[in-house]
Amino acid sequence: MTTTAPDTGRSPTEERPASPRRRPLTLRRRESRAGLALVAPTLLVTIAVIGIPIVWTVVLAFQRVRLATLRKTGLFGEFTMDNIDRVLHTPGFADTLWVTLLYSIGGTVGSIALGLVAALVVRRPFWGRTLVRASMLLPYVAPVVAVTFVWQVMLDPQLGIVNHWGQSLLGWDAPVPFLTQESTALATVIVFEAWRYFPFAFLFLLARLQAVPGELEEAARVDGATPTQRFRHILLPQLLPVIALLGVLRFIMTFNKFDDVYLLTGGAAGTEVVSVRVYEFLTARTDIGAAAAQAVVLAVVLIVFVLIYLRFFGRRVD
Amino acid sequence: MDRDLVETVSLRWLRRLVIAAFLVVTIFPFYYMLVLSVRPIERLLLDPGSLVVGFGELTVATYAEVLRATDDGGQGFLTFIRNSGLVAVAATVLTLLVAIPGAYAVARLRFFGRRQVDFLFLAVYLFPSIVIAIPLFVVFSLAGLRGSLFGLVLVYISQTLPVSVYMLKNYFETIPVSLEESAAIDGAGRLGIIRRVSLPLAAPSIMAVALYDFMIAWNEFLFALLFLVDKPDRWTVSLGLSLLADGVEVPKTVLMAGSVVLTLPIVILFFASERLLTEGLTSGAEKG
Repeated sequence: MTTTAPDTGRSPTEERPASPRRRPLTLRRRESRAGLALVAPTLLVTIAVIGIPIVWTVVLAFQRVRLATLRKTGLFGEFTMDNIDRVLHTPGFADTLWVTLLYSIGGTVGSIALGLVAALVVRRPFWGRTLVRASMLLPYVAPVVAVTFVWQVMLDPQLGIVNHWGQSLLGWDAPVPFLTQESTALATVIVFEAWRYFPFAFLFLLARLQAVPGELEEAARVDGATPTQRFRHILLPQLLPVIALLGVLRFIMTFNKFDDVYLLTGGAAGTEVVSVRVYEFLTARTDIGAAAAQAVVLAVVLIVFVLIYLRFFGRRVD
Repeated sequence: MDRDLVETVSLRWLRRLVIAAFLVVTIFPFYYMLVLSVRPIERLLLDPGSLVVGFGELTVATYAEVLRATDDGGQGFLTFIRNSGLVAVAATVLTLLVAIPGAYAVARLRFFGRRQVDFLFLAVYLFPSIVIAIPLFVVFSLAGLRGSLFGLVLVYISQTLPVSVYMLKNYFETIPVSLEESAAIDGAGRLGIIRRVSLPLAAPSIMAVALYDFMIAWNEFLFALLFLVDKPDRWTVSLGLSLLADGVEVPKTVLMAGSVVLTLPIVILFFASERLLTEGLTSGAEKG
């Protein structure tokens, strides 16, 4: 594995040399071989634990499979459209999609908006800034099971602090069962989503804000631009590409989200998102075919949305 | 007064106000968790609005109940902590072993299919984990890996690998090539260069990635739920806690004690390494 000779010490560089003729072919080959060898374990794990399962999910979606009959079915049993048909016609399918969409858009917009405000206020140094910045990341790094429990307890109608204060300070007539009644459950879950994931947007936006050259703002200030004008005309244009990118990332991640909704409401009270539905098919009904079909529908819908998004905002995302 | 002055002054105050609001919103739930975990449930029912713990009412009985083994009438969280720790450490170490060479190759070496590999990781990272969960559930059921911590470690590696490769790759790209070149001139081979030059330079970044992987594995819930639910002695802390809530009436204060047990290691790790982590996660993001 010696890819080294004094005159070819450039082999680790990224850009290709101007004239390939001067470079002996064997060195290129060795580099390529070393690259493949080093990346092979990563590829193997990824293909084995992720690639194959994805393909298999698609196969399962078109087969009649239940956990009990699994051993008999084999990999290439009869192909059927039953699962897709069943999934599309099970009551609540359209509602689930709609809820997932509302949840994803709400969570995405909420977390990016909060993250933007947070990034703007801790942008310049102040006393205790490191501590403030670290605290703002807490919701993101803390275990999801623990934070969903705290929210449940805080919002609990009997002993939750929110209802206690709501009644004693804000004069609510009766405790509000935030997570169990249809009118508030979805909104509460979206607020939770924004709370838990704003740090993600915050980190990226803060990094971008700090890379904006100070002279730009200084020049605008000298020209008489007020703080809001400077934000509107100097900072915002610089941030837009990051915001657009965060939009896609957060939308995809929220669309796929399972834990948060499952733990907060269990999918009850009009909060059943697609992932939770897949889980129900898989465990409660042990209907693997239907679960796979539902998962495939989820992935297809997601891909369509992302393509639409990229079509509208594609240029900015680059 | 001119607009500039009005805006500057009002924004200055608004900014302080907003910072304070953010602090309350992010820290309060954790404080509430802690306070509830050390109050007896009777006191909580009497006075749900209280946010300070009186001298007389401080109790650690909740923690004792959570941590004691199930044979002694507790909830057996010590076992869960051991399981979670084992799984998270194993997943972290194995992920790094796989990701470091992979990230180096993607950052430095030209090989057939390099671009595709880069794209593959992004796609994998963004793919719904529930889609992957179904066949894994099936395979693990057939292979008898359901209920085994090893199977869980395998899944966690695949979950942390894409981010790890991405973060490490970004860091390897910032190391000046000339350093590696000098080592090459001195006669070091490819592996020698990686071991003696790149790895020591990337040490902070590798630490950050390790912490990040550990957190993901420690916090993970869906796969633990799918694979371990039948085997109580293999439960992770996340799973044990979530099932504790489903079970027979367990006081909320005990649940909060369990939540503290689950959260504390992560919070300690996080505050000990905050700078490392925030910089590691967004390095290379400045380009937008």
